[in-house]
Amino acid sequence: MNIIVLAKLVPDLVEELTIDPGGAALDLTFARWIINEFDDHAIEQGILLKERGGGTVTVLVPDLDGADDVLFTAAAKGADRLIKLGGDFNGVNNHALARAFAAVVKELQADLILTGVQAHDDLDGSAGPLLAECLQMPYVGYVSGVSINDGKSLLRKEYPGGLLAEMEVTTPAVLGIQAAEQPPRYVAVSKVRQAMKTSSIEEQDASSLDPCGGPTVGRMFQPEAAAHATMIAGSPDEVADKLVDLFKELGVL
Amino acid sequence: MSQDIYVLIEHLRGQVAELSYTMLAAGRELAQGAGGNVVAVLLGHNAKELGKDFAADKVLYLDHALLADFTSDAYQKALADLIGKDQPRAVLFGNSSIGADVASVLSMRLDLPLVSSCRSFTQDGKFVSQICGGKIMAEGELPGPTALVTMVPGGYQPDQGRSAAAPSITEAPVPALEALRVALSKYIEPETGDVDISKEPLLIAVGRGIQNKDNIELAENLAQAIGGVVCGSRPVIDQGWLATSRLVGKSGKHVKPKIYFAMGISGAPEHAEAIMQSDTIIAINTDPKAPIFDVAKYGVEGDIFDLVEVLTEKVQQAK
Repeated sequence: MNIIVLAKLVPDLVEELTIDPGGAALDLTFARWIINEFDDHAIEQGILLKERGGGTVTVLVPDLDGADDVLFTAAAKGADRLIKLGGDFNGVNNHALARAFAAVVKELQADLILTGVQAHDDLDGSAGPLLAECLQMPYVGYVSGVSINDGKSLLRKEYPGGLLAEMEVTTPAVLGIQAAEQPPRYVAVSKVRQAMKTSSIEEQDASSLDPCGGPTVGRMFQPEAAAHATMIAGSPDEVADKLVDLFKELGVL
Repeated sequence: MSQDIYVLIEHLRGQVAELSYTMLAAGRELAQGAGGNVVAVLLGHNAKELGKDFAADKVLYLDHALLADFTSDAYQKALADLIGKDQPRAVLFGNSSIGADVASVLSMRLDLPLVSSCRSFTQDGKFVSQICGGKIMAEGELPGPTALVTMVPGGYQPDQGRSAAAPSITEAPVPALEALRVALSKYIEPETGDVDISKEPLLIAVGRGIQNKDNIELAENLAQAIGGVVCGSRPVIDQGWLATSRLVGKSGKHVKPKIYFAMGISGAPEHAEAIMQSDTIIAINTDPKAPIFDVAKYGVEGDIFDLVEVLTEKVQQAK
């Protein structure tokens, strides 16, 4: 079985986000790029499927700072093939990314394509369903459990309130992963270093990046909250006293 | 081609999603500017009566046995046909397990522009989307000719999407639903667990900031001292540190306790939405800019680990 995982890199939200001088885009000059956390779950789910049923896992990422790290980390976890898609991906939307990925994935004869259900910087839908349609494959998102049997994938889809639906999808298919069946495994830095020596990254150039289908942003801004919490300051001891008073005031102590 | 705003109604097992009412309210705002009607689009089987409280000028109802339950493939086919024929000014979908499975695919299939995570529209019809965990808003002209839009909650009151007067319901044709590649096997009921957090008056909630499974005990101790129950945000559940029945958020429970005590929770929009009905939210976070402080009534900028044990002790003493 041939499992392909697509991973996106996104700016780390732990870092301060700034708007560029044009006022309509994020200033990504100093952005720290990290793997989209849902894509990390997609990699984990891919590896779990391989461990259970055999096959290979190929991981694809666009060439941004941090792409090599993502790929070698995936290799250390058990990914077999690493592909970096070359091109200027800075600020590229999901429509362009999906079309570029599709051109590469077409050649890979995938049985199943996994990707994160969403990313925090999505503004034109998410990469998974866009790709699915480019490849004329079915798509199901919000998936938190997958098995494959006999040309079909049986999966669990999440709905609000904890309700799940078990669905059957013909393969090849694209699945948007909400959560892997277990938390993404931890790999030691030494194992990633080892993967750097033993595995190699194939580089392929994106044929073109066509963003058609995404919106044009006129203005980007940081939201001004309608309200802000009354902050309780002081040493831990003082804060704890004030919180106890507050609990009393609210009638729970 | 029309100036109508179509709203895809989401429903599961006979229950219309709150988000759909929010979208009807959003659709009204957009339709007023565009000079069109709000049209609720309801797909289902023997489900016509679900449309009776929609604040819409019209309900288009598509009935088919294969639309009885949501599957992406059937919804995409039915909607591609409808949107292709009617060419409304915009179609609103939920940025949800139903809407997000459909909108992106339709954008590629019909070659129509797509805006996601839209929270509200400006008076002159621009979209305002919420991205980067609620830290950034992106505004722009609603693309044409037909814009597909996925909506997040928070921008409109769902009650404004309800109406006492039933709208007119028109049946619309359903195209052939053949060679479907996705089928529903069954529903799996939510884990009931030992407690129902949506009914608990005092919740001690932990997020990514709790760092590891062992630290959950700190929250348990505080909960025990004060007489509350521990719950958590998505990362904590995904890590397996708490049972799924304790999940607060989009795929979990919406809660409305007397006190929601949030420790190490950043307050991403999906989480914030699920706790808005709480009487009093108190939040502790090391990041003074964490969005949780915008929904909390009281906040502490600091490390949970400096505070939680001394707080637990003082709560015990105060009893």
